[in-house]
Amino acid sequence: MGSVDREVPFRSTKILVAIVLLVLCPLVLAKDKKPPKKIKASQNPPQYAAFAKPLPQTDKLHQALDRLTFGPHPGDLQTLEQTGLLKWIEMELHPERVPENPILMQRLEPLASLGMNIHDTYTHFPPPQMIIAVARGKAPLPDDPELRAIVVRLADRYLEKRNEAVSATAVRSPVTQLPGAPGVLNSNLPTDVQKAVESKAQDPNDDSDLDLKVKLETILTPDQINVLRNGKPAEKRALLENLPADKRTNFVWALRPKQRQQLIAMAPVELRRELMLSVNPQGVVTNDLTEGKLLRAIYSNHQLEELLLDFWFNHFNVFINKGSDRFTVPTYEREAIRPYVFGKFYDLLLATAKSPAMLFYLDNWQSEGADSQANRPRPFAAKPQPKRGLNENYGRELMELHTLGVDGGYTQQDVINAARCFTGWTIAGPRKGGGFEYNDKMHDKGEKVVLGHVIRAGGGMNDGIEVLQILAHHPSTAHFISLQLARRFVADDPPPSLVNRMADTFLRTDGDLRELTRMMIESPEFWSEGAYRAKVKTPFEMVVSAVRATNGDVTSAFLLGQELNKLGEPLYRKIEPTGYSNANAEWISSAALLDRMNFALALAHNRVPGIKVDVAQWQTVSAQNPMALARQILQQDPSEQTQSAIQKALNDPELQKQLAQNAKAGPPQVPSLIAGLVIGSPEFQRR
Amino acid sequence: MPTRRVFLKSSALAMFGVGSVPTWLSRAVYAKDAPGERKKILIAIFQRGAVDGLNVVIPHGEPAYYGLRPSIAVPRPDGSERSAIDLDGHFGLHPALRGMKPLWDQRQLAIVEAVGSPDPTRSHFDAQDYMESGTPGLKATTDGWLNRALQPEPHPCPLRAVSMTPDLPRSLRGKNEALAINKIDDFQVKDARVAATFESMYGTSPDQVLNGTGRETFEAIKIMQSIQKAPYTPANGVHYPGGRLGQSLQQIARIIKADVGLEVAFTDVGGWDTHVNEVGPQPHTGQLANLLHEFGDSLAAFSQDMGDRMADITVVTMSEFGRTVKENGDRGTDHGHANVMFVLGGDVRGGKVYGDWPGLAQEQLYESRDLNVTTDFRAVLSELVQKQLGNREITSVFPGFTTTRSVRGILAA
Repeated sequence: MGSVDREVPFRSTKILVAIVLLVLCPLVLAKDKKPPKKIKASQNPPQYAAFAKPLPQTDKLHQALDRLTFGPHPGDLQTLEQTGLLKWIEMELHPERVPENPILMQRLEPLASLGMNIHDTYTHFPPPQMIIAVARGKAPLPDDPELRAIVVRLADRYLEKRNEAVSATAVRSPVTQLPGAPGVLNSNLPTDVQKAVESKAQDPNDDSDLDLKVKLETILTPDQINVLRNGKPAEKRALLENLPADKRTNFVWALRPKQRQQLIAMAPVELRRELMLSVNPQGVVTNDLTEGKLLRAIYSNHQLEELLLDFWFNHFNVFINKGSDRFTVPTYEREAIRPYVFGKFYDLLLATAKSPAMLFYLDNWQSEGADSQANRPRPFAAKPQPKRGLNENYGRELMELHTLGVDGGYTQQDVINAARCFTGWTIAGPRKGGGFEYNDKMHDKGEKVVLGHVIRAGGGMNDGIEVLQILAHHPSTAHFISLQLARRFVADDPPPSLVNRMADTFLRTDGDLRELTRMMIESPEFWSEGAYRAKVKTPFEMVVSAVRATNGDVTSAFLLGQELNKLGEPLYRKIEPTGYSNANAEWISSAALLDRMNFALALAHNRVPGIKVDVAQWQTVSAQNPMALARQILQQDPSEQTQSAIQKALNDPELQKQLAQNAKAGPPQVPSLIAGLVIGSPEFQRR
Repeated sequence: MPTRRVFLKSSALAMFGVGSVPTWLSRAVYAKDAPGERKKILIAIFQRGAVDGLNVVIPHGEPAYYGLRPSIAVPRPDGSERSAIDLDGHFGLHPALRGMKPLWDQRQLAIVEAVGSPDPTRSHFDAQDYMESGTPGLKATTDGWLNRALQPEPHPCPLRAVSMTPDLPRSLRGKNEALAINKIDDFQVKDARVAATFESMYGTSPDQVLNGTGRETFEAIKIMQSIQKAPYTPANGVHYPGGRLGQSLQQIARIIKADVGLEVAFTDVGGWDTHVNEVGPQPHTGQLANLLHEFGDSLAAFSQDMGDRMADITVVTMSEFGRTVKENGDRGTDHGHANVMFVLGGDVRGGKVYGDWPGLAQEQLYESRDLNVTTDFRAVLSELVQKQLGNREITSVFPGFTTTRSVRGILAA
């Protein structure tokens, strides 16, 4: 211990600087102004004075646990002390050297879609677009008999619903029973009705009246139906688990939506996935992702990697409910983001640029050069092809959000030209689970000038690569990425001294994200009073840190994910390409605070669905000294104000009377009250 | 049964004790006794994603509109449900907005055309930020126009500024208290035994951010409790649409009717970024039509529910920029420039399209592609801030804004 101070400011050696300057990309040297002069923390403008004040040694340990993990478990502080801060940081920077927690591996096991490639995800969890294609006879049925049964059923329902909508217009076609036979397709439906029905069928939340033909009475005995309607949760769960597998699907289809939701919520993970698969296959993918992310944050031994994954996914945000992203996001996170959080920025950028998830999300897959071959009229085409055109969406967000930043010095013309360079970067069968494909026929072959670089006419896929190269090595990118990272890991308004040195490191190391992260973590500003407890937790961080602090056992990450939705941070469902703001103070509003207090109280009373908190663990310590319990959960002393508020509550005769009455009925409630108050306190909202 | 007003009176006393009832609360409690005291209310609705104004208020008198939008134009008014609803011989409402037509006929609804930001950005995020901060081109602004529009009060009502959103939007951020609410009924500490403990923790916390927000939280909880006691039934048999905008407006209506000192409210509605399939196979169908349906019906429901109270209310809608005049290759439109705003309320001189129409001919377009801005959005908002909120300090609400050509007289003085 105690060596961080000595090491921190002197880390980068002159030799390293010299070597890196020699190999620096000529591109960068050629085009850019001199980097801003390095300043020390003490030379920042006055509002950053606190970043020049070093933390006392003990607070450094708290800072490490607060900032480089999702919050301490009881006992983590001791482990960190034994390991030593420097060695511990090195382990966090090299997760490959630390074995993963077996409990995590075991809990991730059932979440099968997490490991699947795009095509398998598409076939195993048929998305609405596949169901519709099958119903219209435009796609084959799956080979797997179980999947086939599911798809047939959903396609049948799709046709049935379509007919319902049409019956008003008196063009009733017979409902097809689809044993592989394509239904009555492209019938005389007015196209708008067809569209409306489709959009409804595509709504994953629409599970009304799944199948009116299936009656509960044919599946369950009257007694069982009574349990279903009036039974206790445990009885309902037992009923579900004891149903033979071949009856379960019918059973789910016969339920009213509300009954179904209740049962799905209480089923154990394997059974729940099976039930969801039969009514909303695509929902399983979203749930697997959300659950996996929560489980990793709570249980992983690679905490910094998970924090960085969260940061970089958010930086390159995609929205899982947009079209094909329903089945591409697991692969995106696993193959385009995770491998690079300690890799090179350029590689990360390239992986996202080529990912079907991003290509679809920002529409680049359908962007065509105005004069490209694909965009010319085809005189002999069977039917007129829809004329597509250039789509600027990816070009713009690439510069504004992924690399240069909005003040990074680019023009609308740069956006257009970058977009032209990426024409032809598309997806092979975007709605059928295809991967990245470069289609030269869609490419704009003209000359383009991007940020002053001339990209010659007649190029192909390499035009896009060139743009990525220019952007990945641009000083504005170095600055913007450094600012974002420091904003997330140091303070909402990080000191310019740090951001500038990080930008230097970025350029010097060719965008080596491990080195960039290391430089930030080892900077004096990271270990300063300005950074200490400067960040407000996001709802995700708040929930995860609370579960960790209470040693909560995740019994259903699915239900915990729903709690997180209520707190305002649905995972993988941030619609805008900005992702969630890295300036965390924006998460604080009256309503958000109230939600957090309520979550804290529920958790500490073991009343949050999906989490089991052993409230008995606090009894001994709480009986001896209530404040010791507060300290155990916070891993440090609560503020005087928090202590006195808790003390006052415990001394309140009215509350004591109530607690005494309740004590006859159940376990003592004082420890839970203290824990709930601490988790809902102002200090627990910060990290 | 005691009325809610009686309840409010007694709970105000219970909350604050005799002699120390804040002015906002006594004003709220006695509002009906002294109607002159009732505050005017301004409601801002942000359509996030840049709504295609040219397909909301259709310039059906412009041949260029039909020339540039061969497959997504809304047909000229012909009385059918697939064509525009004529307003003045030149402009017409999208057929999905038929719910708003009576408001136009009653002259409660005004339209401002070719309105937008002087900043040329086509980034959603920048343009939204500029419109919400009220300082186009200036990123350093930390607060929002709607917050600055509130006048400082020694004891402000915790519910004077409410946003029906999960988080406080930029428009309402700033030094005046403002509250983000998801659902009125959920706004309470679920374990009443320790509500006071949390209140004291946050009320005394040295953490400035959490202390400030914490205090606001607990004041608001107390007011909310009074609203929660009375179940809400909209007036005149009105049914609000089930989507987010309809539900937000219904909750705003509930707060307004509780007379707890609301001055400004905000809500937003997304989904307008229609790059692809903006219009369905029929001109009156598709994504935009679906969104407009809910939009128009929600505003109409709100107006009916409010009834006579509309005399005190002005609603204004805005969106960060318009969309390209020419349709793109995907039956959609891309990011453009000027747009359209609606202003609705009792004091509105409605039934009229305000603003200079710049035309859609090639040489009349901004950067040869977009509708030109002839009215700065701040000109519209300035008038509302002055007349509706009584704040004459326009230079501090919209610093750096000087209006040269401007629309005036949307509101009766």
